Amino acid sequence: MTNLLEARGVSCSFGGLHVTRDVNFKLTAGDRVALIGPNGAGKTTLVNLITGDIAPSEGQFFMGGDEITGLSIPDRVRRGLVRTFQTTRLFANLTVADNVALAIMQRKRITRRFFSSSTELPEVRAEWSEILSHLGLDRLAYRKVVELAYGQQRLIELAIGLALHPKVLLLDEPAAGVPHDEAPKILEAINRLPPDIAVLMIEHDMDLVFKFARRVLVLAAGRLIFEGSPDQVTADHEVRRAYLGSYADARRAT
Amino acid sequence: MSEIVATQVPHKRSIPFGQEAAGALSIIVLGAIGYFLYPDDLAFLTRLIGIAFLVLSLDLVTGYCGVATLGHAAQFGVGAYAAGIACVRGITDPIALLAIGVFAGTIMGLISGALITRFRGLPQLVLSIAVGQLVAALANKLSWLTGGSDGLSGITPGKVFGIFNFDMYSRTAFLFSLGVLVIVFVLLQRFVRSPFGLMCRGMKDDDLRAKMIGVSIYPRLVVMYGVAGAVAGIGGALTAISTGVVGLDSVSFERSAEVLVMLVLGGAGHLWGALAGTIIFMIFEHIVAAANPFHWMTLVGLLLILIVVFAPRGLIEPVLSLASRFKRKGEAA
Ligand SMILES: Nc1ncnc2c1ncn2[C@@H]1O[C@H](COP(=O)(O)OP(=O)(O)OP(=O)(O)O)[C@@H](O)[C@H]1O
Ligand SMILES: [Mg+2]
Repeated sequence: MTNLLEARGVSCSFGGLHVTRDVNFKLTAGDRVALIGPNGAGKTTLVNLITGDIAPSEGQFFMGGDEITGLSIPDRVRRGLVRTFQTTRLFANLTVADNVALAIMQRKRITRRFFSSSTELPEVRAEWSEILSHLGLDRLAYRKVVELAYGQQRLIELAIGLALHPKVLLLDEPAAGVPHDEAPKILEAINRLPPDIAVLMIEHDMDLVFKFARRVLVLAAGRLIFEGSPDQVTADHEVRRAYLGSYADARRAT
Repeated sequence: MSEIVATQVPHKRSIPFGQEAAGALSIIVLGAIGYFLYPDDLAFLTRLIGIAFLVLSLDLVTGYCGVATLGHAAQFGVGAYAAGIACVRGITDPIALLAIGVFAGTIMGLISGALITRFRGLPQLVLSIAVGQLVAALANKLSWLTGGSDGLSGITPGKVFGIFNFDMYSRTAFLFSLGVLVIVFVLLQRFVRSPFGLMCRGMKDDDLRAKMIGVSIYPRLVVMYGVAGAVAGIGGALTAISTGVVGLDSVSFERSAEVLVMLVLGGAGHLWGALAGTIIFMIFEHIVAAANPFHWMTLVGLLLILIVVFAPRGLIEPVLSLASRFKRKGEAA
């Protein structure tokens, strides 16, 4: 099976702090992988490395057979590598529809057009309209993003990711901050994705992890310490010590 | 993919070309007021229109893309000099001179953009000043071409469309400028709502987000600078044609700073803001500076402080939010 994404010996440090240590993994077509680990384990940093937001001090990334380590962020996106942000990064002063429409138009290569009225292009409109109504955001389509509640903004983050038709989708805690009754929409949206793409989700909510993942990667102190099925993960002693214990603590705290 | 048929979001209710029509009509009405009620001030109003192009141009890069610049007069000045020099050397057709201004402005815009948008924040601002000063210095030094500190004079354009002579009351110049403004404004209204324009606004909000949907920021900013250069170049060329002279003031730092003040006053990020800022500032200046030049600067200072404190996003913002509240109420009813 083809590797959609591969990390080989990736390390990264900020100053003297080693945040990512010799990370190796592969994502293949159809993968549904959860990346878990305690706060500060380096999960978001790993996503930043994959997408090119920061450069690794060692190691390489590959998509298909091609090395992408040196490519710019937009070049990677054009190859189908898409992420969402843990703390939302949206076009705050544009409407919800415009946020998603820009992603669609960029994918379709029509953002170089100078004179057509943008959001209402029929082929674009049909798409954002569908994405937004699946996520329950349709009534907010013409509202500015800054006016919305944080939970709603989190879903727009996902909507943009979906609009880009990813081959590899990296979701950084998509459910964090989303109201509990809205959270199932995230799984529904992922289940509607084409089966042959790879999805990697960082998530602290273990219920969601179990519903979503067929494979789990555990990151602790920058190192991948475990890889296996969800059931194996819960059974593993080291993982419990490194992560699930603190997860239980976190649960109690909130 | 899925069996669920998604409900379609209802279309935004809007009249096709409504905004463009409103834009064109408003400018024509304002122009008519000026033409019929203030026939003695047409030379001044023509200059105002010329500057309006520069403020609109600045709005494209500053208001829509978030580029900080204090050297934007360069685009205007280069357009003015290009048209002026061409006219002195024998190309007198006003339309051709406009085209020359547009061309020169575009080139200057692309060069400025390529330099300035490589950087962000303070370095960007400093670089924009440097580029502006460089152009000003060149305009001064190349006096055999530009007339140096004496200015370039003897610009006598031919008839518009071969029919309308430029008269001493500036009637032709005013109407010609107004006509060009209407066309450019309508085109800009479409441009800022186009996919390209919308993406620029997105990039201004969050450039990392823009990169993460696959956008290369830098080339877009350079292109935007080119468009802005074209618009400023039109303003420069029109001013050269209608006043018959081009001076160093057209590329000066003061000019760059002044138009930034106009833009902030009116409201950056709205074409109407740019226009409103120009009109208010220039008329204010015209009246007050004529009475007392010293007071003028004091009043500008005061005015700016008031704006920044009470309407930090410009005078147009409260008007627009009032209008949208009105509209929402109308839709709810
Ligand atoms: N740009 C940076 N400069 C310096 N240190 C950083 C930077 N980014 C992250 N770090 C540090 O790297 C470590 C890992 O951070 P990261 O955000 O990747 O963790 P995480 O696993 O995503 O945590 P969380 O579950 O809280 O989201 C943290 O100690 C953090 O302070
Ligand atoms: Mg994180």
